[in-house]
Amino acid sequence: VRRYFGRKLLIYILTFFIAVTVDWMIPRFMPGNPITILISRAGLRGNAVSEMYTYYLDAFGLDLPIWKQYLSFWAAILQGDLGTSIYLFPTPVKDVILRAVPYDLALLIPSTLLSWWAGNKFGAYAARSKKLDNTLLPLGYILTATPYMWLGILLAWVFAIVLGIFPVAGGFGFDLQPDLSWRFIGSLVHHWFLPFASLFIVQFGGWAIGMRNLIIYELESDYSHYLEALGAPRKLVRRYAFRNAMLPQLTGLALSLGAVVSGALATEVVFGYPGIGYLILQAINNEDYFLIQGCFLFVVIGVLLANFIIDVAYLIVDPRTRTGMQGGAG
Amino acid sequence: MIKATASLPVPVKKKNEFLYFAFKNTKLRVGLGILLFFLVLMVVGPQLTEYEPTDFVGPSGAPPSADYWFGTTSFGEDVFTQFVYGLPATFMVGIIGGGLATVLGMTIGFIAGYRGGVVDEVLNILTNVILTIPALALLLVLSAYVKVRGIFIESIFIGLTTWPWAARAIRAQTFTLRTRDFVDLAKLNGRSALKIVFTEIAPNMASYLFMTFILMFGGAILTAATLDFLGLGPTQGTSLGLMMNMAVLWSALPLGTWWWFVPPGIGITAIVGGLYIMNVGLDEVFNPKLREM
Repeated sequence: VRRYFGRKLLIYILTFFIAVTVDWMIPRFMPGNPITILISRAGLRGNAVSEMYTYYLDAFGLDLPIWKQYLSFWAAILQGDLGTSIYLFPTPVKDVILRAVPYDLALLIPSTLLSWWAGNKFGAYAARSKKLDNTLLPLGYILTATPYMWLGILLAWVFAIVLGIFPVAGGFGFDLQPDLSWRFIGSLVHHWFLPFASLFIVQFGGWAIGMRNLIIYELESDYSHYLEALGAPRKLVRRYAFRNAMLPQLTGLALSLGAVVSGALATEVVFGYPGIGYLILQAINNEDYFLIQGCFLFVVIGVLLANFIIDVAYLIVDPRTRTGMQGGAG
Repeated sequence: MIKATASLPVPVKKKNEFLYFAFKNTKLRVGLGILLFFLVLMVVGPQLTEYEPTDFVGPSGAPPSADYWFGTTSFGEDVFTQFVYGLPATFMVGIIGGGLATVLGMTIGFIAGYRGGVVDEVLNILTNVILTIPALALLLVLSAYVKVRGIFIESIFIGLTTWPWAARAIRAQTFTLRTRDFVDLAKLNGRSALKIVFTEIAPNMASYLFMTFILMFGGAILTAATLDFLGLGPTQGTSLGLMMNMAVLWSALPLGTWWWFVPPGIGITAIVGGLYIMNVGLDEVFNPKLREM
């Protein structure tokens, strides 16, 4: 167990290290000069340009040798300093992001967990039952092939524009101020529902198909045939198959996180939902490089944390590692 | 010599059997049919329309009619024309992006799976690291800094960020094959590792490799659609994702011009869905256990 965790931890640390390095490298080695853009946006002329240029170089520490810049970038990150947003000047990037994070969590956690749970149950139920298999599984394939944002657009069109049941955009009503009143919470939930639904639906299809295929594999394996030959009831065999299929699905959950986050980013843009995805696009459109860096870093940290939680869950669920932990002969 | 004569009748018979099951498999036929339909539409489409995708041809925001099959955009561009001119971009991203991801995945997967040991550990860690970083976030940041982008660059970016899926799958498969007798035999014959991989291991998992490519193909199309939709796709030309981007940007939603954003989405979903369904069909053809009689 310790070895397992040691390796995982190494991967996490390395991922974080590489992500930070990439984050640091991108603005420095890409074509285009952020400072020139900053200055041209300020609309300065003549002498002021070169003066501002040296000022910015100095302020961002870009005149230092490369390795020093790299070290100071790390030092700043470890102190939780992500710089100042240009687009929402003078708010620190960290504050801008922390304001957006609750919306992301509210979208991602319920939609991922619920779709995983419901998809698994449904997939296991549909496996080898002819009617469901032939009617509803093609639907599952269509769902997994649907681009997140397109489903979002469709839902927004049908439920917000045509039927007018849900609002089209935003995190809460434009006429409201954030407070703890019931009206505000109601508005939050109201705005939350459509983005949640579109994330849930696309993911649901994938889990249902995955589970269905795994169950079929398990039912064809030797132990299932053996159980059947012994005369075990069909229900019991299926229960064992389900339990065995859960483990790969749990691994799948960890692997899919990157894709889910990507989907959430696109969905937020469709609904103008004020999470990190929406923020990244704003940052890109406004060429707010510090905010882009900060968002990227936050997304990576989030995915790493979620991966860690799933690893722990895996340890608890998998009987083999469990006996290993209790000092059994695992 | 003996091997050659003894094994000759088997592949012939096997091939026929595969073809037989392939033809009988509904999923494979449906998936392939959808794909062929869009390929034909891509080739024939430009002949069916007299306009260019950016021509202002008619009334703005007209619903589908005999003149404008898919209606027109708010600028009076023909949606059908944009649709058929956008299809090549979709297929190109799939082939280049998915292809690059598969090739990279094969390289890493074969080396890691065949060599094992420390090489495997290192490559495995690398794969997991890239897998953990959300590809889209990385792509967004990359695209934000590259100001002039073509479909080719986009495909390369996608290939470079999505290969870990393929690498994992191929590594696992190589791992199970490398201890088989025929690989040992080839080793005893003193063949080089490279030759063994290409003559003994790869052919034995050809179906698997092909299926990996199909999945990467579909994945690349979806990723490209998302990038295009966010306005970070190609800076010139048409694509299905770009159509959705324009539609949402120019408020097709509040105006209710659904014919602007529905066709590109259907196109992407149908192509990717067709690929996935084809993949399941192929799986059943190659793996008799999954066949349902």
